[in-house]
Amino acid sequence: MTRITIDPITRIEGHLRIDCEVNDGKVSNAWSSGQMWRGIEVILQGRDPRDAWIFTQRICGVCTTVHAIVSVRAVENALNLEVPLNAQYIRNMIITAHGIHDHIVHFYQLAALDWVDIVSALSASPEGAAKLGASLSDYRRNGLPEIRQIQEKLKAFVGTGQLGVFASGYWGHPAMKLPPEVNLLAATHYLQALEYQRIANRIVAILGSKTPHIQNLAVGGVANPINPDSQSTLTLERLFAIKAEIDKLGEFVNKAMIPDVAAVGALYADWTQYGAGVTDYLSVPDLPLDTKGTRFELPGGYIAKGDLATFKPITSYQDGFFRDGVKESVKHAWYRYKGGSEARHPYEGQTHPQHTTFQDDGKYSWVKAPTFYDKRVQVGPLANVLAMVAAGHEPTKRHLNRVLEIASAVAGTQIPVEALHSTIGRIAARAVRCAVLLESLQNQWQLLIDNIAKGDLATFNRPVFPKGEIRGFGYHEAPRGVLSHWTVIENGKIENYQAVVPSTWNAGPRDDADALGPYEASLLDNPVANPELPLEVLRTVHSFDPCLACAIHLVDTERRPIVQVKAFG
Amino acid sequence: MRVVVLGLGNILLRDEGVGVRVVEALAARYAIPAEVEVVDGGTSGMDLLNTLAGCDHLLICDAARTGAPPASVVKLAAAEIPALFLTRFSPHQLGLADVLATLVLTGEAPGSITLVGVVPLDLELGIELSSEVSAVLGQAVECLATELRGLGYPLAPKRPAAIAVI
Repeated sequence: MTRITIDPITRIEGHLRIDCEVNDGKVSNAWSSGQMWRGIEVILQGRDPRDAWIFTQRICGVCTTVHAIVSVRAVENALNLEVPLNAQYIRNMIITAHGIHDHIVHFYQLAALDWVDIVSALSASPEGAAKLGASLSDYRRNGLPEIRQIQEKLKAFVGTGQLGVFASGYWGHPAMKLPPEVNLLAATHYLQALEYQRIANRIVAILGSKTPHIQNLAVGGVANPINPDSQSTLTLERLFAIKAEIDKLGEFVNKAMIPDVAAVGALYADWTQYGAGVTDYLSVPDLPLDTKGTRFELPGGYIAKGDLATFKPITSYQDGFFRDGVKESVKHAWYRYKGGSEARHPYEGQTHPQHTTFQDDGKYSWVKAPTFYDKRVQVGPLANVLAMVAAGHEPTKRHLNRVLEIASAVAGTQIPVEALHSTIGRIAARAVRCAVLLESLQNQWQLLIDNIAKGDLATFNRPVFPKGEIRGFGYHEAPRGVLSHWTVIENGKIENYQAVVPSTWNAGPRDDADALGPYEASLLDNPVANPELPLEVLRTVHSFDPCLACAIHLVDTERRPIVQVKAFG
Repeated sequence: MRVVVLGLGNILLRDEGVGVRVVEALAARYAIPAEVEVVDGGTSGMDLLNTLAGCDHLLICDAARTGAPPASVVKLAAAEIPALFLTRFSPHQLGLADVLATLVLTGEAPGSITLVGVVPLDLELGIELSSEVSAVLGQAVECLATELRGLGYPLAPKRPAAIAVI
């Protein structure tokens, strides 16, 4: 038996340590240990609930926008406050543009380097790569001159000896199996993706007034005054500028990203056999289409044992099925609960640190272990895509079918929907969701334009806080899955505030019943060819798009921790 | 010419957020010329690509642990910066190091990078700076102002009337 410790996992946000036991070339046990921002309630206690979002968007440097939006939703929920349609549409556009940005960054900048060998791309035939690209789609930037130019650029870059962004790749690893031409086509799109993620970010910046920290939110709506004629507000001119950006994004997502993911998935079809892990899935509906949050563009809900027939939808911002199902366990996390150690509902949540050494059978992580009706669930784009398919959401079914068709054609064999319960399936589902979000962004843009044309310019309803205690929760289907904020408000001041974040659901340690979390369960039976270079472990962990709140941004000139992979048997 | 003054750090962890507080104070004290963009970068990573791409000079203010005593204000010469940011210096893999490395790849790296660091004392939960670090905020602001003047921007203090309006 060999034990592998990877600390930290690279190409993720935040700090994550993974331990695995490997027997006969396969993972037989796993532990996920992370740092997670836990302390927002300490910051927010006693504050005005209208200001909470300004602080919550500082929890994480990647997820600023999502923590801001879900915070105002939680407070609005506590107040039963309706949100004007224009405000819903503007928020929905910010959410979708942010999600597209995040999904593009994940596939190309974070995950692709586990599957695509950049060094191999240097020796590829540009003609072959261009021909391959033309066979996958009519994307206009698959032309030979651009591919050749990018290959030359990469050669020059690698030739300097400073690998920079490519430094943490496992080049030449035996598990890297793509032909050089596929590697070159993917590398070409890697560089183009850097342009397109910036376009998505510009949309967020126009609507949110600024990035990385949007400025336009308010409990009760948004602070974007709408006046079709005034230069200082959200004008038709700005809205049409956004439309042009959306169209550019659409070309890349539909013609480059979807075919890339499908083709890479097909060429690594063996990875549809690994990484399923926890197949109870949870997602929430998003993009509200009314002022109360009872109708949504994108469905969400619970699926048991990977069986779409068991789908139980979550239907409104008042949904009791969601509200009553969430708890967090600290049996294996470095916290203690006062007054009973069992898992707690977030309204009764506590954060009292109790650090120990790393104990395989005891406490070993700063991440709590959330449960849904006392069971572990997997969250993220895969959970969301499966729920949307189960709910009969037409755009999701269409984009998923396209991915499966391309993948089946490349693989030369029919790839079924069940292949999604896997490492490669999580990556494919994220691309499907990206294409769905793009359509939603177009829809929400049209809804906003149409609503303004009707003469509705309202963007804000003023919140009024009652005497006494009120409670509320807000949820959001964020790029990494279900995000929820929970708040108890007493006489207009925050009494308790808990954030249950997507990576907590997936990266959490064992729970009260010692059941493995989704990262841990997904690693079981993963192949590991060389414990010193555990690329396969990274593939499965990266497929979740880990984001363990980046609390700190300190420059340290004295200490430079590098990635440590320890294997001892 | 385009200059970006970037404040970094997490304002929920007291002195960790000093870089953000310094650039806020800079923008409050001086009239910032149109070519200079003051950005509160928080703990962001790839979101900063648009902001940093192709700028001629990048001035960063961040909490920095250099071995100097807490509440020291340090300026790191350009030659030292690559070692700080272009290698992977921390678990925050998607931080500024990756943004700068990406800009090298796209050929849009800043023409020069200067870092003004403030050595933190207290990194516990909280939104107030420690009194020691708070006391050197002005010194860090002046350090950035001196850099900007060196780049040819004669910074003028905001007039009291303008401050009152804000």
